[in-house]
Amino acid sequence: MTTPGVADALDVAAREEAGRVLALLARRHGDLDLAEEAVQEALLAAWRTWPRDGVPANPAGWLLVAARRAAVDRLRHEASQQRRSTGAAADPTVASGDAARVDRGELWETVADAPDDRLLDSGTAIPDERLRLVLLCCHPALDRDAQVALTLRLVLGLTTTEIAAGFLVPEATLAQRLVRAKKKIRLAGIPLSVPADLSERLDAVLTVVYLVFTEGHFSAAGGGLVRVDLAAEALRLAAVVDGLVPNRPEVLGLRALLTFHHARRDTRVDGDGGLVLLDAQDRARWHTGEIAAGNALLDRAMRGAPPSRYVLLAVIAALHANATSPAATDWVTICRAYETLARLDPSPVIRLNHAVALAMRDGPDAGLAALEQVRGLERYHGLHVARGQLLLRAGEAAAARAELARARDLAVNESQRRYLTHLLTASTDSGSAGSAT
Amino acid sequence: MEFVILIYGDESIPGPTPGTPEFQEFMGTWMGYNAALKESGHFVSGAGLQPTATATTLRRTFGVPEPTITDGPFAETKEQLGGFYMITAENLDEALDWARKLPVPAGSIEVRPVGVSA
Repeated sequence: MTTPGVADALDVAAREEAGRVLALLARRHGDLDLAEEAVQEALLAAWRTWPRDGVPANPAGWLLVAARRAAVDRLRHEASQQRRSTGAAADPTVASGDAARVDRGELWETVADAPDDRLLDSGTAIPDERLRLVLLCCHPALDRDAQVALTLRLVLGLTTTEIAAGFLVPEATLAQRLVRAKKKIRLAGIPLSVPADLSERLDAVLTVVYLVFTEGHFSAAGGGLVRVDLAAEALRLAAVVDGLVPNRPEVLGLRALLTFHHARRDTRVDGDGGLVLLDAQDRARWHTGEIAAGNALLDRAMRGAPPSRYVLLAVIAALHANATSPAATDWVTICRAYETLARLDPSPVIRLNHAVALAMRDGPDAGLAALEQVRGLERYHGLHVARGQLLLRAGEAAAARAELARARDLAVNESQRRYLTHLLTASTDSGSAGSAT
Repeated sequence: MEFVILIYGDESIPGPTPGTPEFQEFMGTWMGYNAALKESGHFVSGAGLQPTATATTLRRTFGVPEPTITDGPFAETKEQLGGFYMITAENLDEALDWARKLPVPAGSIEVRPVGVSA
C-alpha cells in the first residue's frame, strides 16, 4: 500500500521532475532516446523503492542520480556490444553531440555532473532546461500531431496510454507516432537548442498548448469515457512555458484565455451531456477564484506592447467571464476587440464570431449582414448555428429551421447534435429561442 | 560540363539485410561503380540520402516573406527539380537557415540528411 504522501511525490516525480531530468540528460548526452529510457528506469526505481524507504529529501536530485546511472549503464552496455562486433571502443561516459560543444562550467552541466551526495542533498536545485525540450518537441520540421504527442509525453510526462485516450486514437497509432517523431529528430538532426529569435518558435509551442486545451475543452461532453483531463494538462503546460520564458505577453495572454475558458467548465454541459451555450450557463457555478487569476494574468499581458492575438482573445474571454449576466456583457468593447483581432488574423472563424458580437450590440439584422461577408465556412456547423439563431431572433422561423437542420447535419459530436435537435423542437413549438453565442 | 544524376526509387521495397551475402554483393556493385567513376576522373561528389521520413520542406509563395516549414518530402507534382546544393551543417536548424536564405521567390526546397557518401 502506498501512503498518500508517497503517492503524491511519485505523481510529481512523473509529471514535473521527470521532464526536468530528461531535459538535462538529453542535453548532457545529446541523445533524446537515451535520456528518455534512463528517466523511465529512474521512475520505475522510484515506484519500487519510495513506498518502502520513504520519499527522498531531494526527489528531483534522486531521479537525476538514478537516471544518470541508468544512462551510463546503457552506454557501457552498447559500447561493450560494439567492442565485441568491431574490436573498437569509445569511452561511453564522454558526452557527445550538442553537449560536447558547450563551454564547460555552465550551471546545468555542473549540476548534471555533480557527485551523487550533492544531488541527493535537499539544498541542491535542479536547473530547468525544459525550454530546449519544449522547442524540440514543437519543432516545425515535425508534423502537428507529432508535436502534440511528444510534448505531452516528454515535457508533461503523460503516458502513451493517457495521450491515446485523450485524443481517442488507438494506443498503437500513438506509440507509432512517437517512434516516428523521435526517429526523425535523430536522423534529421533536429537540435536541442534555443534560437536567437524565439517568437516564431514560441508561436508553435503556443499553438500546441491551444490544441491540447481545445481537445480537452470541447470533447469533454463526448462519449462518457474516462479521459485524462487535457484542458488541465494544457493549463499546466502553459504555466511551465510561462515559467521558462517569463513576462512574454503572448504567453500570459494564452494562459489568461485558457484560465477564463476553464473557469466555466462545470456549466458547459448539462446533466445529460448536452451542450450549454454561454448565455444559458449558470454563472454562479463559474470558478470565481480562477477568473480572478485570469484577470491578473491578463493585466500583466496588457502591459507594454500592443495586444497580440492571444491577448485579444483573452480580452474577449475576460469580458464574458466577468459579466454578471448575458445582458450585462460589454458588447461594445467585445466588438472593438474583434475588429483589431480580424486585422491580425483575418480567418473566417474570427469574422463569424465578430458577426455574432455585432448582432448582440446592434441587433440580429446587423449580425446577419456581417455573416453574409464570411466566406469558406459553408461546411462548418457553427456558421449555420449562428445564422439560424439570428434568423430566429429576427422572427424568420422557417429560414432559421433550415439553417439549424443544416447545422445538425454538419455537427461533429453528439452533444452538439442533441443541442440542435432541442433548439429545432423549441423553434417549432414557439417560433422563438434564446440569443446567440 | 557538369551533370547531376538523380536516383529515384520506391523506398518501401526493402534492400538486402546488412551482414548477409546478398548485402555484400549489393554493396560490391555500388563500390565498383564508385571506383570506376573515380578512376575515370568523372566523379565530383555523390551520396545516398536518408529515407523521405527524415525530410523537411520549406515552401515559398510569391510575395510572402517567410517560408512555411513542414514535415515530409517535396510532393508538389507541378513543380520541377531546378537545382541542388550539398552543404555541411551542425544540425537541421543550421541547414534550414541556409535553405531559407536561398533567393528562390516561389517553390519548394527539400532538406534531407545525407546517409552514405560515395
